[in-house]
Amino acid sequence: MELIDLTLIWLVIIGIGVFMYVLMDGFDLGVGILFPFAPGDRARNAMMNSVAPVWDGNETWLVLGGAGLLAAFPLVYAVFLPALYIGVFLLLAGLIFRGVAFEFRFKARSSRYLWDRAFNIGSTVAAFAQGAVVGAYIQGFQVENFQYVGGPFDWLTPFTVMTGLGVVAGYALLGAAWVIMKTEGEVQDWAWRTLPWLLGAVMIVFVVVSVWTPLAQTRVLERWLDNAHVLWVFPAATVLVAAYIWRAIRRRDEGTPFVASMILFALFYLGLLISMWPYAVPPEHTFWDAASAPESQLFLLLGFLFVIPIVLGYTAWTYWVFRGKVSDKAGYGH
Amino acid sequence: MELDPVFLSRIQFAFVVSFHAIFPVFTIGLASYIAYLEARYYRTRDPVYEELSHFWIRVFAVVFGMGVVSGIVMSFQFGTNWSVFSFAAANFLGPILSYEVVTAFFLEAVFLGVLLFGRHKVPAGTHLFAAIMVALGTFISSFWIISANSWMHTPAGVELRDGLFHITSWGEAIFNPSFWPRFFHMALASFLTAGFVVVGVSAWYLRQGRVRESASRALAMTLALLAVIAPAQLVVGDLHGLNTFEHQPEKVAAMEGVWETTEGAPLLLFALPSQSQERNFLEVGIPNMASLILTHQLDGEVPGLKEWAPEDRPPVAVVFWSFRIMVAIGLLMIVVALTGLVLRLRGRLTDSPRFLRLCTWMIPMPFIAVLAGWFTTEVGRQPWVVHGMMRVEEAITPSLTGGMALFSLIGFIVVYSMVFVAGAYYLVRVIRSGPEAYRPQREEEGRAKRPFSAVDTPLDDAPAGATS
Repeated sequence: MELIDLTLIWLVIIGIGVFMYVLMDGFDLGVGILFPFAPGDRARNAMMNSVAPVWDGNETWLVLGGAGLLAAFPLVYAVFLPALYIGVFLLLAGLIFRGVAFEFRFKARSSRYLWDRAFNIGSTVAAFAQGAVVGAYIQGFQVENFQYVGGPFDWLTPFTVMTGLGVVAGYALLGAAWVIMKTEGEVQDWAWRTLPWLLGAVMIVFVVVSVWTPLAQTRVLERWLDNAHVLWVFPAATVLVAAYIWRAIRRRDEGTPFVASMILFALFYLGLLISMWPYAVPPEHTFWDAASAPESQLFLLLGFLFVIPIVLGYTAWTYWVFRGKVSDKAGYGH
Repeated sequence: MELDPVFLSRIQFAFVVSFHAIFPVFTIGLASYIAYLEARYYRTRDPVYEELSHFWIRVFAVVFGMGVVSGIVMSFQFGTNWSVFSFAAANFLGPILSYEVVTAFFLEAVFLGVLLFGRHKVPAGTHLFAAIMVALGTFISSFWIISANSWMHTPAGVELRDGLFHITSWGEAIFNPSFWPRFFHMALASFLTAGFVVVGVSAWYLRQGRVRESASRALAMTLALLAVIAPAQLVVGDLHGLNTFEHQPEKVAAMEGVWETTEGAPLLLFALPSQSQERNFLEVGIPNMASLILTHQLDGEVPGLKEWAPEDRPPVAVVFWSFRIMVAIGLLMIVVALTGLVLRLRGRLTDSPRFLRLCTWMIPMPFIAVLAGWFTTEVGRQPWVVHGMMRVEEAITPSLTGGMALFSLIGFIVVYSMVFVAGAYYLVRVIRSGPEAYRPQREEEGRAKRPFSAVDTPLDDAPAGATS
């Protein structure tokens, strides 16, 4: 008899990993999305300097997530990646361009504008692709004998375009809130002015997706109707947090928008999991169907239990070292 | 024309993995060289060692960064193009690849930052320790990758139930029969690669009359090291070949171009193998040598390719020729290293312009040899993805069409070409500006802890009339 449900443990680990990735790469992708709208080159310097020390650590979570998914939930790995083949390519190409642009922008002088553009396009494409993945997950996949059998563009529907744009807006919100926290003067003023628009866009997408999902997916509708007495907390909390951000904008309260935007993302994330539970590869396969063999889960768990605290500790330390406002000098986080 | 997704996916995987492989093969060797320089500096306090270490750490930073960027794609390739294989082998590959990420992260997070930025912030002993840990980390990283790869050649410790591989023994699976020879062959290849780059760059500085003190010392000590490692690689390579002969004889038959099972098989120096006609054209060989090398007897039996059904044979010409390219470069490396040793004993190492020029021309050679070696072993594994257990055409993603595979193949070629051109261009600039530009100095506080931020060389020239 299994004393511990290893699949549940891995679900928690991967779940936290994905959420950490969304939060942390979210704001630095957001900075990239907002890049062309920033008021001038000095503002762009400040924005880039604010994420320079931490961005590659943030993307480590993605690599860890990819490998961890193969180890713990191979079915998710083997269905999502083929089903989203073109989307995954765009995501990877976007992340590569953006990563390289990050490094070379600081070294470039005459070609700087090209790296700026690569940084912006790469970030936006990567964010859109991630949003489309969420939409495709809600839609479900055509699976036979544990393999994806649908077409190459099943994932690209009006619904996934909506979720893709939603994540672009959401990351931009996190990015603007981050810029407010990390900069001052002209850049910060600009971010304060941008924030309400982004918050509005995110809330519109939130309403549209919340209405559209249950109408399109009966199992989601049933889940919400059957548990309406508990689940009303989620939309209510979302509206409350949005109102809180609005108040912070009016009071120019620097730290609040970023923290509150993160809470907003947490609510969306939990709401999504509750709507989809217990399906890993909807409409048929649960997380338990998608899991790897217990001996593999256990073998890797020992390593993760040792390393995850180090990863978290190191991450926290990096943020602590680079706390405070950044300058707008072209250079390197100093 | 019918687009074959299996063939296109193989090309794509070969392209992406080849592109990626050239970075780690360099950094694994370079990390050990840096650790060695740091150790010498720690003991002697000789500033020449500090200057060398300081410069090569900068080169390491750029190459390591490129390796990380190109590596992200690898962890998704298995799923996008080979989903049946990834699903079936996840019980083994998942944990092994995750351990690689986890150990690599551990190394990067804790010690790379100290190595790149900590020279004046931590005690000298701690800096040396960080250098050693980074070198060790690169080996731990390659340990996991080589284990996963070896397992595909010589699977062990698993059983196939309902189309899924289940682990019966982690020890047997991780330390599968071809693991150790492959690991040491690859480790020595990394030393050779880094060694010849250091030798070539130092020779270039000497020809230009720059940094004579450090360049001549780097040249002399690295050539001495190569004079040991290059011949050692011949021995380890031979052991690896014997291991392959035992476990994958059809690969060896393709490497040697042997079609009929032969006693006293010749060592072919040149031939044009034809897969369809099942024979070679224009053979030139040394009689009985292949048998002698493989069986240690002049008339030992070497099984020919015709022992296997045509659909179970690897593509002979590719395996045959990439093997020869690898061996030829390997022998050339031995000659260059021994020539260097002779010149040094005569005290003429740094004033022979022809030898110095030869050293610089050698820079790309180990990279070509490494890729040729990987092509030999990986193409030689065909038509199996897991030798004897799962065929390549069974492993492919069922929903993948030829058009999609072509799209992503072209896409990756475009993206990687741009990244590679920018990276290579930048690396050349770093090397051109030389150790002079990196005389150790105090680093400022609060600098980003990323590899590239350790390098200050500009990517391009400032626009005319502009102030930076």
